[in-house]
Amino acid sequence: MGILEVKNVGKRFGGLKALDNVNLSVQENTVHAIIGPNGAGKSTLLNCLIGKLIPDTGSVMFDGQSVLGRKPHEINQMGISRVFQTPEIFGDLTVFENVMIPIFARRDGAFALHAFKQVMNDRDIRERTEAMLADVNMLDKRDAHAASLSRGDKRRLEMAMCLSQQPKLLLLDEPTAGMARADTNNTIDLLKEIKAKRDITMCIIEHDMHVVFSLAERITVLAQGTPLVEDVPDNIKGHPKVREAYLGTAH
Amino acid sequence: MTDHTTDPRTAASARPATASHATETAFLGLGPKDFRLLLIVIALTMLAPFLLNPFPAGSELAQFNAGYPDLMQRFVIFGIFAIGFNILFGLTGYLSFGHAAFLGVGSYAAIWMMKLLTMNVIPAIVLSVIVAGIFALLVGFISLRRSGIYFSILTLAFAQMSYALAYSVLTPITGGETGLQAKINDPRILDPGAGQSLGRANLFGLEMGSSYNLQIGDWSFTFNAGYYLAAIVMLVGFYLAIRLFRSPFGMMLRAVKSNQQRMNYTGLNSRPYTLAAFVISGMYAGLAGGLMVAMDTQVGPERMFWTASGEVVLMTILGGAGTLIGPVLGAGMIKYMENIVSKINDNILHQWFSFLPDGLEDALVAIVYPFIGKGWNLTLGIVFMLVVIFLPGGLVQGGQKVARLFRRNNRKGGGAESEAAKKQPAE
Repeated sequence: MGILEVKNVGKRFGGLKALDNVNLSVQENTVHAIIGPNGAGKSTLLNCLIGKLIPDTGSVMFDGQSVLGRKPHEINQMGISRVFQTPEIFGDLTVFENVMIPIFARRDGAFALHAFKQVMNDRDIRERTEAMLADVNMLDKRDAHAASLSRGDKRRLEMAMCLSQQPKLLLLDEPTAGMARADTNNTIDLLKEIKAKRDITMCIIEHDMHVVFSLAERITVLAQGTPLVEDVPDNIKGHPKVREAYLGTAH
Repeated sequence: MTDHTTDPRTAASARPATASHATETAFLGLGPKDFRLLLIVIALTMLAPFLLNPFPAGSELAQFNAGYPDLMQRFVIFGIFAIGFNILFGLTGYLSFGHAAFLGVGSYAAIWMMKLLTMNVIPAIVLSVIVAGIFALLVGFISLRRSGIYFSILTLAFAQMSYALAYSVLTPITGGETGLQAKINDPRILDPGAGQSLGRANLFGLEMGSSYNLQIGDWSFTFNAGYYLAAIVMLVGFYLAIRLFRSPFGMMLRAVKSNQQRMNYTGLNSRPYTLAAFVISGMYAGLAGGLMVAMDTQVGPERMFWTASGEVVLMTILGGAGTLIGPVLGAGMIKYMENIVSKINDNILHQWFSFLPDGLEDALVAIVYPFIGKGWNLTLGIVFMLVVIFLPGGLVQGGQKVARLFRRNNRKGGGAESEAAKKQPAE
């Protein structure tokens, strides 16, 4: 049984069937990609996984527990971290503080009223933050304002923030959308590096086939709200159903 | 965490950074910079009777002296109010437009303590903080369901509701239009002299109104017990605010302001954070209200009117929202203008310009006249606009700009040596 089990999930927006009977099983320690043409329901599916949307039917189980009806911060506390299409970071804060916050959240839970300790006097948190920044080669930018970073560094920082929580599952929503080829390749390298260093399950939603085939160990193809095929990348490449979904049936 | 520290590469790169970035705690759990700031504020408040009375008593400029007890008390009390407001607005970005309600509720709680229990100010101040905190919990719990403009409107609605209730339905508790005053026939069960004479607010016998006048040459300085009590309370409030700003809690509040979405997806529940900030800032407001009653034993509902809520917003923005000292400066500036600029009248203006030929004198007086006396609001409005446009970071940003200008000039003079000296501490 996989770490993430999606069973018979359906979601309607008015008359539009965004998801129809989706089944998905993500195995532990794999990189699982969900691909599909525009409007296939990729983002809707992702939003169902992280608590932003509640599906009309079906169940989503993570690590043996249902995530449905839980708030985003509760789902994160279960061990799911999310990387956004455009990096979501704390722009007004320094790089160092950006990484400290998720570490605090992992250690102290969703709310802790530590109003009279000094942040920087917390040795344990400080050391973990330094180690994490060293891990992604950002220690030299520790005092920079996060908003002043380059796009690539923002992505790197967001990744560091997610990884610092040691999540069981990392969800990536089009991590290379809108990036130049060089940045895309950097992101791919970063993700490969991350995967090589630790046991982590990743679920990537992606448009860019180059990214998908460089990273994924398993691929689910979504079209019109239903999974078409699920297989290893090599079998997906030439799959007639996939071609049809992407290129249309006009022969 | 052992896996990280045993990783030699990580440990090596982390160690030098740790050495320089570990905050040395100077004193009282504050970093050296914050401690210096606290010392400066302590010095300023303790020496305020001197600093605010720079002109000899009989001189023409004596009207610019602000060192009289009533005004000095207002400086520090509104300083407390603004410090508290800044914890909410400066850190989380939630703009409450109804903070005067907590000030008013705190005031009512304090006056009732004085009427029923004792004229000693301690129970009054303590209860004002508690009651304001509970009221803030209620208002915050409801208002924080929304953010942005809707939050502001909700808090404004609550404050106006409180004002209207105090004015009408709640008259038995609030005294309605006339408000509440300490009276001779108050029960004051803990005071021995109750019922015979009008009690005066005191701290274990030390009357808040008692002052000591120091005469040095033409100068006269007033040291008022009430002012010093309020000043000490403000210093404690300021100290606690610094601690809060530098704490993990303060960092989380800044995270709320910066990106609430990321915060939620980082496993943090932003609601209790904002609610705690709201309650803390409401308690500061209640404290200010309690102190107002301790200084002058009366309350009226106008204390909760929306203009009073707006005033604290102005103070905070004028001084610099999100900065430590800004709100106190803003409060001081507004209260100074309200009390000093408003006192200047056309006779005084004629005196100033009397050296000019008559026609020119009248013309100048006519130009300046709208900005003084009752027109002080116009002056305040212009100052506020100038600050918001040219110094969005408030007076604190202005101060920083001036300091930077000075430093640049110094560097030109000192050359490379001072540049190197400047770099040293940053490493």
